[in-house]
Amino acid sequence: MQESLEKNPLRLFSEQKIIFPKRVWGKFRKIKWIIMTCTLFVYYFAPWIRWDRGPQIPNQAILIDMPNRRAYFFFIEIWPQEIYFLTGILIFLAVALFLSTSLVGRAWCGYACPQTVWTDLFVWVERIFQGDRNSRMKLSNAPISFNKIWRKLSTHIAWIVIAILTGGAWVFYFNDAPTLLEQIINFDVPWSVLSWIVVLTFSTYLMAGFAREQVCTYMCPYARFQSAMFDRDTLIISYDEFRGEPRGKHKAGDSWENKGHCINCTECIQVCPMGIDIRQGLQMECIACGLCIDACNKIMKKINLPAGLIRYDTEKNKGRRFRNEKEKKSLLRGRTYSYLSILLILSAAILYMLLNRSILELNVLHDRNPLFVKLSNGQIRNSYDIKILNKSFKSKKYSLSIEGLKNLKIKIQGIESLSSNNLPVVANSVGHYRIFLIADKNKEVRKKVIFNIRELDDEISDTVENIFISGKY
Amino acid sequence: MSEKNNNKEIDKITGQETTGHEWDGLKELNTPAPRWWIWVFIVTVIWSVGYWIVYPSWPTLTGSGYRGGTVGILDWTQYKKLRDNQKEILDIRENYKEFFKATSFDEILKDKKSYTYAVAGGKAAFRDNCATCHGSGAAGAKGYPNLNDDDWLWGGNVEQIYSSIKYGIRSGHDEGKYSEMPEFAEVLNDEQINELAEYILSLNENNNQSSENTLFADNCAACHGNNGEGIQELGAPNLRDNIWFYSSGDKSSIISQIKKPKHGIMPAWEDRLDDPTIRMLALYIHSLSASQ
Repeated sequence: MQESLEKNPLRLFSEQKIIFPKRVWGKFRKIKWIIMTCTLFVYYFAPWIRWDRGPQIPNQAILIDMPNRRAYFFFIEIWPQEIYFLTGILIFLAVALFLSTSLVGRAWCGYACPQTVWTDLFVWVERIFQGDRNSRMKLSNAPISFNKIWRKLSTHIAWIVIAILTGGAWVFYFNDAPTLLEQIINFDVPWSVLSWIVVLTFSTYLMAGFAREQVCTYMCPYARFQSAMFDRDTLIISYDEFRGEPRGKHKAGDSWENKGHCINCTECIQVCPMGIDIRQGLQMECIACGLCIDACNKIMKKINLPAGLIRYDTEKNKGRRFRNEKEKKSLLRGRTYSYLSILLILSAAILYMLLNRSILELNVLHDRNPLFVKLSNGQIRNSYDIKILNKSFKSKKYSLSIEGLKNLKIKIQGIESLSSNNLPVVANSVGHYRIFLIADKNKEVRKKVIFNIRELDDEISDTVENIFISGKY
Repeated sequence: MSEKNNNKEIDKITGQETTGHEWDGLKELNTPAPRWWIWVFIVTVIWSVGYWIVYPSWPTLTGSGYRGGTVGILDWTQYKKLRDNQKEILDIRENYKEFFKATSFDEILKDKKSYTYAVAGGKAAFRDNCATCHGSGAAGAKGYPNLNDDDWLWGGNVEQIYSSIKYGIRSGHDEGKYSEMPEFAEVLNDEQINELAEYILSLNENNNQSSENTLFADNCAACHGNNGEGIQELGAPNLRDNIWFYSSGDKSSIISQIKKPKHGIMPAWEDRLDDPTIRMLALYIHSLSASQ
């Protein structure tokens, strides 16, 4: 053993085998093109949708406004203290992913994941400049020549252009798009924006141009734990070994007696973007894109055999077919029902919270030092910091009233024109006031008081409980 | 369990190469990690070398560089960054100070932005300079006036507060406010002082009633006013309200204050703080009392 190791040392690291996916056409390729077009379209154009919210408020439909700590999504606006909406949406998306995985396997990976979409796009560019699988492989192994240089160079230039556009589109989600575009055209881009463009350009070029399937196999955590959502009723891309084996060459006209339908043409391997052989069964590398199905069906048609040697199927159904039982796919089952019910409950909760989101909120903070002040006429004064959260898109005036105190006088610190029934707060912002309550001394040292804030125009109000302190404990 | 094939140990079940390591009959499969992991590691090493060049990193024995270390070509330190950030703040502060020097209290009181700044700045200055005696919440203590209430010995508008801070009280400053209550133990006998104390208590209890008292009119009214309501120009406290300063509002402490009064000293801050800071302090203290 020791000797043999010295002669032939263990390879603990393996080189990346470069994959040249072959062009294929069929049902699943068509779906992939459609989804790719849609997702890219949404990605590039979503920040350009306008949504009028009134003066002084951003009119971009989807905007994450970091400096002002606001996030806008069409009719929804989220303040930092409402981050639980975002948490809810993320949990919702995660469970939706679980549901789709338990139903149709890794459909997200194969069709909609940005890594897949951009890799697909980059492979398409590669094919434009370097041809299909065989000529790409040939060019890759060829010695340096003018032909090789210009083809490779144009591929990489096109990749970088796409990468720049990708990074460039990302920043529009965080800035007012038309303003930022103008800045970009004038080469007057803020440092933070520029660094995001550079980083995302580089990562797009690297991930879609070079890392490709390595991302799915070695980097993506989701790829690794998806098996937890699989069971024997999950649709997976499967090779029908009962029908296909024993595989082997087949001449036209020969009998299929004692021969499997797989003619070992390796089309399924050649089109696979992950570079695996689906005939070995379900593998963790498989992103369920369905291209091998398209490739195999084309061959089956050519040799006049029924399609579906490779197909979306469930493990249970495969067994039924083998035993000549009636085929049945039970997509809706305990697992999917439980994911569905979580989704329903979650979306109902989020929707309820969104619809009942108050656009007015009052926070009251009692002074800590001093807790109370005795005045010359024997009355007691307490001071409070109050914050009025005006989450509407209009500047508004509010009226503050207090319940529970005798001979009460309310004073607002500072600007003389202010009174407790005229507290202005600018649109979409927090109004901060310091108020003094002057009232008769109470028997109770701590007396509950109710702060009520009411908007003057509409009938919106908020109520907060606090205390009025009359003496030492 | 395994067979030899081209010097490789192949596991029968998985068809995968093993590392040849065996524990209790189990052999470890060799699943090679991707080569680029190594490259990523090398890139991080190169990246760290970049840090050495750009930022201060290595300690040197001679101490020629920043605190005895290499400086880095960017010449960047956290201290410098802090200094730059503080400079920004100080510049803003300087602008405000210039503004406060040239602007009257009335104007500041009407301008929300500068007023907010003044109150915040005054609060910070108060905690540094005044809190020792007046307390961090300005609630005072016995002998140190509570600045939150509405009872003022020397007046509670911003100008009056400003001059009290700037020149002090019994501070020895030429412009400082000065008053001294005589020691009545040398002028009146115990019986008379007792009568006075009772009269003062009655004033306090019956806020609206003004009865006559010859002793009070002869000895006290000159400073404390005919009805004991106090005179701010003289720093003579109002004896009718609920706020007591040296005494605690009971008879014995009133008697001792009449016999041998205590007098506190408020230092003059003119030479210790610059004028804008004193102005901010005045605005802050004025803001506490809620009196316009």
